[in-house]
Amino acid sequence: MKALICIGHVPDTTSKIKFTDNDTKFDTTDIKYIIGPYEELALTRLLDIKDAGIEMHITAVNVGTVETEPTIRKALAMGADDAVRINADASDNLFIAKQIAEVYKNGDYDVIVTGKESIDYNGGQLEGMIAEFLNLPSVSGASKFEVEGDKVHLEQEIEGGDLKLEASFPFVVSAGKGFLPESEPRIPNMRGIMTARKKPLQIIEPIGQDAVTEISKFYLPEPKPACKMVDPDNVDELVRLLHEEAKVI
Amino acid sequence: MAVLIYTQNYDGKFKKSTFELVTYGAAAAKELGTDVIAVTTGKLDDSILKELGKYGASKVISVTNNELNDFSEQAYASVIEQVAKNNGADLIVFGNNPYGRAVAPRLAVKLNAGLAAGVIALPSSTAPFTIKKRAYSGKAFADIVIKSDVKIVTLNQNSYKIAENPVDISTEEFTAEIPTGAYAVKPIEVIKTGGKLSVTDAEILVSGGRGLKGPENWDMLEEMAEIIGAGTSCSRPVSDLDWRPHEEHVGQTGKVVAPNLYIAIGISGAIQHLAGVNGSKVMVVVNTDPDAPFFEAADYGIIGDAFEVVPKLNEAFKKFKAENALYVSIITN
Repeated sequence: MKALICIGHVPDTTSKIKFTDNDTKFDTTDIKYIIGPYEELALTRLLDIKDAGIEMHITAVNVGTVETEPTIRKALAMGADDAVRINADASDNLFIAKQIAEVYKNGDYDVIVTGKESIDYNGGQLEGMIAEFLNLPSVSGASKFEVEGDKVHLEQEIEGGDLKLEASFPFVVSAGKGFLPESEPRIPNMRGIMTARKKPLQIIEPIGQDAVTEISKFYLPEPKPACKMVDPDNVDELVRLLHEEAKVI
Repeated sequence: MAVLIYTQNYDGKFKKSTFELVTYGAAAAKELGTDVIAVTTGKLDDSILKELGKYGASKVISVTNNELNDFSEQAYASVIEQVAKNNGADLIVFGNNPYGRAVAPRLAVKLNAGLAAGVIALPSSTAPFTIKKRAYSGKAFADIVIKSDVKIVTLNQNSYKIAENPVDISTEEFTAEIPTGAYAVKPIEVIKTGGKLSVTDAEILVSGGRGLKGPENWDMLEEMAEIIGAGTSCSRPVSDLDWRPHEEHVGQTGKVVAPNLYIAIGISGAIQHLAGVNGSKVMVVVNTDPDAPFFEAADYGIIGDAFEVVPKLNEAFKKFKAENALYVSIITN
């Protein structure tokens, strides 16, 4: 099995978000970058499946400038076999999806895995777009991924329940919560970090695709007024405030 | 020109979230000077379809192919593409829910359309088409400009106020072509999560964290939820420890919610948790630790032990409910 996994390069989940250039650019000062949390779950799941004895080659792919390389190397340190970086600024989703689709066409992959959404742009669009460019079946936000022979058993959370699905290769899947059952994402060990330096990281130039979206301005949420404290011995007061002041009950 | 809204029905009925989408679509259509068309799947009673007219839809198209009883990202995207093209849709609106998230990206490729996911307001400008969306997992917002002829947006639930705006509505049946291979990912079965109010639909959420010490202590939260007509949710550690089912997990890697009232009990308010709940209109926090970060984000706070405060609060809610007959009709509406 050959898996192509899309790795996002995103600000650490604890980052304090700020903007510069008249609120048109993300302020990268003091920001630590990580692999997107959903991609980290997904990669760990693939590595667990590989460790369980299913033969697998994992290629990590990222659309990004040279700044994303430490994040790609981290995916290699976790255990991906090789990596591809498409040398372009990642902003428009159709553009990104087109690049990943192109990498797929030039490889011999059985499955493309993405995270459910990035934690910066919160788009959650790549899986469907890549699949549509390639005319492949797709599963969005999978909460289960079990390989059995040439079949994959999946679950997808839909409103009011979970949909059980069975897919055959090739297909595209985005990983949601549950994709990695009962274990934490892998932390690269020293050996992983050392070998990652020698693993192939291919850099390719993007192919043409017009960007149809762009971000023109960022906003931070309005600062909240201070929390009103209520005496724990006078909870009736809280009920009164919720009814009369906040008008939510 | 038209605004096309994908209106999911659940066992032949529409939910409040659908009426929110139609209200939103009607307001967007007014800005664009065009009409609102709703599309849904399955054979629905005419009276149900016409409910959408109350919120401003002038036409509703039901796609009647039996195959669509099973969900497929490929089939649904293709069907909506056909309806969009037949009706000259230039703005297509989905809910930012599992169906919208699955179908809208495929449709964007089919129509070479820019897609803004998780929008929270009407377009602030129609030329260039500019719309505000959630970004950085709720820690910020962004104006996104869509430059393509056809635009697609997915609307975050509970971000637009439902309002009646009755218009005459016509209904139309449509048989779509289902592409070959659309069900290559085979649906096996749906495991229903039961009749409980889902965390994304609930207008009030009672949420518990690790401060509750164990799953056996959720009875008092369930009781509160029952008294005030709320759903129950939880923090990530609670679902990781299997104290509560994963579908109740709210936060950055769980569900993103925006209820009118979010009551957090024994949740410290880590930034990842807040990212999933800070769209709530009003937040109440009960925590023993006065330095819990949640107090900085909340509107009302009680410093105290959940095991003492919650039972008292339940009594207070009961008393309030008894005194306010109106209240019952508000929350069950």
